[in-house]
Amino acid sequence: MSGYVESEAAVVIDGVDKVFNAGSLDEVTALSGIDLTIGAGEFVSLIGPSGCGKSTLLRLIGDLLTPSTGKVTVFGKPAHGARLDQDYGMVFQHAGLFDWRRVAANIELPLELRGWSRADRAARSAEMLDLVKLPDFGGHYPRQLSGGMQQRVSIARALSFQPKLLLMDEPFGALDEMTREHMQLELLRIWRETGTTVVFVTHSIPESTFLSSRVVVLSPRPGRINSIVDVDLGERTDDTREDPAFFAKATEVREALRADEVGA
Amino acid sequence: MKGGRTLRVVVTTVVALLLVVALWEGYKWMGGQTDDHWPGTSIELPTSTDDLTMPHATDIAGELFEEVRDGRARLPLYLFLLKKGWYTFQEAAIGFSFGLAIGLGLAILMLRWRVAERGLLPWINVSQTVPLIALAPIIVTWGRLNDIPDILSISLIATYLTFFPVAVSALRGLQSPDTAHLELMRSYAAPWRTTLFKLRLPAARAYLFPALKLAATLSVVGAIVGEISIGTKTGLGRAILEYAQRYAVSPERLYASVVGAAILGLSVFGMVNLAERLVMKRTEGVERADRVAA
Repeated sequence: MSGYVESEAAVVIDGVDKVFNAGSLDEVTALSGIDLTIGAGEFVSLIGPSGCGKSTLLRLIGDLLTPSTGKVTVFGKPAHGARLDQDYGMVFQHAGLFDWRRVAANIELPLELRGWSRADRAARSAEMLDLVKLPDFGGHYPRQLSGGMQQRVSIARALSFQPKLLLMDEPFGALDEMTREHMQLELLRIWRETGTTVVFVTHSIPESTFLSSRVVVLSPRPGRINSIVDVDLGERTDDTREDPAFFAKATEVREALRADEVGA
Repeated sequence: MKGGRTLRVVVTTVVALLLVVALWEGYKWMGGQTDDHWPGTSIELPTSTDDLTMPHATDIAGELFEEVRDGRARLPLYLFLLKKGWYTFQEAAIGFSFGLAIGLGLAILMLRWRVAERGLLPWINVSQTVPLIALAPIIVTWGRLNDIPDILSISLIATYLTFFPVAVSALRGLQSPDTAHLELMRSYAAPWRTTLFKLRLPAARAYLFPALKLAATLSVVGAIVGEISIGTKTGLGRAILEYAQRYAVSPERLYASVVGAAILGLSVFGMVNLAERLVMKRTEGVERADRVAA
């Protein structure tokens, strides 16, 4: 499967539960008994209905939340250490760019925090703008860009310090269908070019099928892993979307999602 | 584009000024015709329109060029007011700067420790219910006991008015970044101070400037009230107090000095406006409070 080696795990989630407001009347078990290993260089999607805890799971990997029980290991170290080492880049549903910074300065923000020199930052942001195909927009302000362009900048920012792991929380959720399909291809190209590991949260069946080497299907209340669908469609192009094999895989993911409804 | 904007401001200002003068003179003329009654009724006008109560606008303007005594020197009233205004401006500027520093400091303190917010915010609110007139003599008496010059005491009175809007709006602004922005900074393992300087303070600017405009005009009010209530020897407040006592002799003079105070208030407002334009220029049309809140 996309040439990933089991021994080089990027993320290991081991017996993780996440309970919010434990002991209070509004206690919620967001995740229960999660075990998942993501290999280095893999592209894994987390899919499920709203409230299944997929975003929570992503935040546990990023150490933006801490598990109630169990442990999360990222590149062989606890998630907390991985965050302090800035081993991952994060992309949110809304680009989350700083309005008062030009596009280039937005991309350079993580480099600035790492104390890079001005020249090195400028060189890298130019490189990143090329990567996301916005070479002429470094001097623009975020508000002057369309939603899709802003999201590209956000991806460039997340990749600027070349993290080995990219965490994406419904990054294309706010885009129109045309832009979305275009961005999916772009993301796959960037993934291939950079060799980074991607964990991608989505609630779209075609999107997860199109992008991933594995689709992790979550079910809600409490969030747990329902099944994992391996997707081996080779190199994706726009034609893949009309490929019967693609439909078959999408159907498999859909049924995995439904299996839970029937069971419940 | 830029020249057109300046021209528009000048034209609006002149038109507004003419409108005020026209209203003033129109009301006065109407009162003269009807013997201070609303036309066609026996209802009296709220204010008498004789030359003592409402001097002609031209007389007020003309008074500006009359010579007045300033110590031993004699100089035209407008120069005299300019001199006094400069003094008051200094007090207001010092008060404004202190207010900005204290307000920002308090906001950062309240941001850092929720306990501080719970403990401080009620007192900050209560502070503004104490009448300035009562407070001014206390501050000055303390100041004089501790050998603090009066100009500084008056500045502190202005500070008392200005720190409040700054603290309240700065706190809102510092808290304005949304979760995604904060999570982003966390994902960079950015320490609290870095998040403050790279994210929270820049985001707070859009909230801060409206408050600074308010604070600037309040600093002038504070300085003038301070001068009046402690009886300084100089400043616009002193001039207003003096001319108020001689109102019966030359009412134009009091009106002229009040106009002077208004102009001073407008100038400091304009200065903050200019500062805002300079600071926000780079992101003009980009950074708006409503956008940050959305």
